Amino acid sequence: MSGGVDSAVAAARAADAGHDVTGVHLALSRNPQTYRAGARGCCTLEDARDARRAADVIGIPFYVWDMAEQFHEDVVEDFVAEYAAGRTPNPCLRCNEKIKFAAVLDRAVALGFDAVVTGHHARLGADGLLRRSVDLAKDQSYVLAVLRRDQLDRSMFPLGDSTKTQVRAEAAERGLAVATKPDSHDICFIADGDTQGFLDQRLGSTAGDIVDAATGTVLGAHDGAHHYTIGQRKGLGLTVPAPDGKPRYVLSITPVTNTVVVGPAEALEVAVVHGDRPIWTGPAVDLPARASVQLRAHGLTTGAVVDVRDDVMVATLDSPVRGIAAGQAMVAYRPDPGGDIVLGSATISATSPVPVAVA
Amino acid sequence: MAYLDHAATTPMLDDALDAYVRAAREVGNASSLHQPGRTARRKVEESRESIAAVLGARPSEVIFTGGGTESDNLAVKGIFWARRTADPRRTRVVSSSVEHHAVLDAVIWLEQHEGATVTWLPVDEVGRIAPEALEEALAADDDVAVITAMWANNEIGTVQPIAELAGIAAAHGIPFHTDAIQAVGQVPVDFGASGVSAMTVTGHKLGGPLGVGALVLGRDVACTPLLHGGGQERDVRSGTLDVPGIVSFAVAVEASVKSQPEYAASVSALRDQLVSRVFEVVPDAILNGPAITRSDQNQRSGAAVDRLPGNAHFSFPHCEGDALLLLLDAAGIACSTGSACSAGVAQPSHVLTAMGAGDECAKSSLRFSLGHTSTQADIDQLIAVLPGAVERARRAYRPRS
Repeated sequence: MSGGVDSAVAAARAADAGHDVTGVHLALSRNPQTYRAGARGCCTLEDARDARRAADVIGIPFYVWDMAEQFHEDVVEDFVAEYAAGRTPNPCLRCNEKIKFAAVLDRAVALGFDAVVTGHHARLGADGLLRRSVDLAKDQSYVLAVLRRDQLDRSMFPLGDSTKTQVRAEAAERGLAVATKPDSHDICFIADGDTQGFLDQRLGSTAGDIVDAATGTVLGAHDGAHHYTIGQRKGLGLTVPAPDGKPRYVLSITPVTNTVVVGPAEALEVAVVHGDRPIWTGPAVDLPARASVQLRAHGLTTGAVVDVRDDVMVATLDSPVRGIAAGQAMVAYRPDPGGDIVLGSATISATSPVPVAVA
Repeated sequence: MAYLDHAATTPMLDDALDAYVRAAREVGNASSLHQPGRTARRKVEESRESIAAVLGARPSEVIFTGGGTESDNLAVKGIFWARRTADPRRTRVVSSSVEHHAVLDAVIWLEQHEGATVTWLPVDEVGRIAPEALEEALAADDDVAVITAMWANNEIGTVQPIAELAGIAAAHGIPFHTDAIQAVGQVPVDFGASGVSAMTVTGHKLGGPLGVGALVLGRDVACTPLLHGGGQERDVRSGTLDVPGIVSFAVAVEASVKSQPEYAASVSALRDQLVSRVFEVVPDAILNGPAITRSDQNQRSGAAVDRLPGNAHFSFPHCEGDALLLLLDAAGIACSTGSACSAGVAQPSHVLTAMGAGDECAKSSLRFSLGHTSTQADIDQLIAVLPGAVERARRAYRPRS
């Protein structure tokens, strides 16, 4: 129970369904007041209090579990290391994989609980299939697709059949004070929302070259490669215009040489995406298979043929897409009228502009 | 439910509750000059006298406060300020490493904001302060403003050699404050005979109401106020007197002090049974704090008693205390991890750490504390569920890498 409206309603629904529910708030910082002081999020003392009050109203026991060390090691340090390696991580996904449905779930099961209930917007029904929420704008199946079968088997997502609006209305009906609490958006462990500043503190900022992809010419200087993301156009500070006068975008980041490579928009186009550590939690699939793949947290879903070669998930996209960053998740869905079904996921490791023939 | 957390707070005595309700029905500010005011004032002064009488103090030495934390802060900061004002060289605080946070954090605040230097007295493996350590500290430095050391420890129940410590302080002419919150009603406490300069007492640990306590402050001990206002309490503490709270507090102090010998005998017998039965069902449990021997506990006032009668504090190896607490809570047993909390997260106890316990031992600890409503059935209920809870908690245990 983060202290937000979703987990509060999820807990209430689980209790109403007759489960013996215990509320758990995760303390993810040793010094909670230093994280997001006064801001919305899920890590402040105020959020812990909101969660406690929701548990009171629902009528369930409530505890705070200290997951600060694990969170720091598995989520915060991973986040920094991924940026240092030139990738763009998704810490919420990592938190699901390592904390909520691993450290917390393991502890809960050992203590005699059957499952972890969360307020994620996704459907997980009796068929065991993970599907998108009915509220596509709030769907969180993307950040859950990293879960293994055994993790999903001990998970409950009671909100998947409801829209966010319905969840808020229900919270109000139940007398939960968090009914109107704003959604949290930013990264919970970055106090002021300044990701760049956070990374500067952790990684320092070493100046390097901004290089043209086609010619190798040095076009300018940057003050830290982790300040850039794939597909970024603004803030490059280039004074030499491109020969064709078109805008230039960040195409790749090479930490070893501390180089940011830029080029035209077309060069961002990706036709094939490779992903490490594929996880298949969905129904049995004959590979290669047609799927709808989502390549970043919000939106950008495209038709593709997915396959696995040498334990690498390969998605050959129907039509090229732009700005795909390594470190994000690639999630394959099977379109379904009852909610698109998650087939599997992988962590994007490489992209290629040209299709590779399927053997 | 089996309530085994009396050291956190204990149920009000019926007489104290009745006295509270009776007094709360009547109007009257104890500082008002009219008849209702005089009536209220009379109740406060009668309460002061009865508390003074049973604690070996003079009525004028009893200063009512809003509870233990306020009394501790008033004593530590107030005496420090007054002594430093009298002589600017006095900037040192001598304290023990096992104090309650109400003292600990007040001392650290003086260090961080008032330029105080602090000497922390170490404790031995059962949490006892050696008088020689205080002697050494006072021999080493002549700039001490105030000494503060608790009468009995809230976590592990260690009773300190207060008279010896106070005697050393007196020989050096330095005021000595003691937090006696856990001690009053549990072990013999006599302010005058102990030789301490200031002593903290609170209501809700001895059957009185929450939010009322006292600082027993020797008449010749200068103390700068924390709270400024009407100067109601000897100009050391301001605030409209909480007449029903004070009346009820006095009833509880008197009753608990007068019944202390019988209380200690019966509660320590229950506690001893709890300890031996815990060892029967969890043989590798570790009892933290002073060893328990029945003969010590059953002696009357004046005998050497070195552990609070209701206190049993264990480490359960390969368990996390907060996992055990959750499981016992679900089984209707209320106890405590006995350590400080921030945002509800258990931190390794500074008391166990000061005793030389490792982090794992400190995190695996659980405090059971008995009190005036404890029964055999409470212990039976605990023993019935404890082995299963320990087994489950061990399954959930993940040693930190």
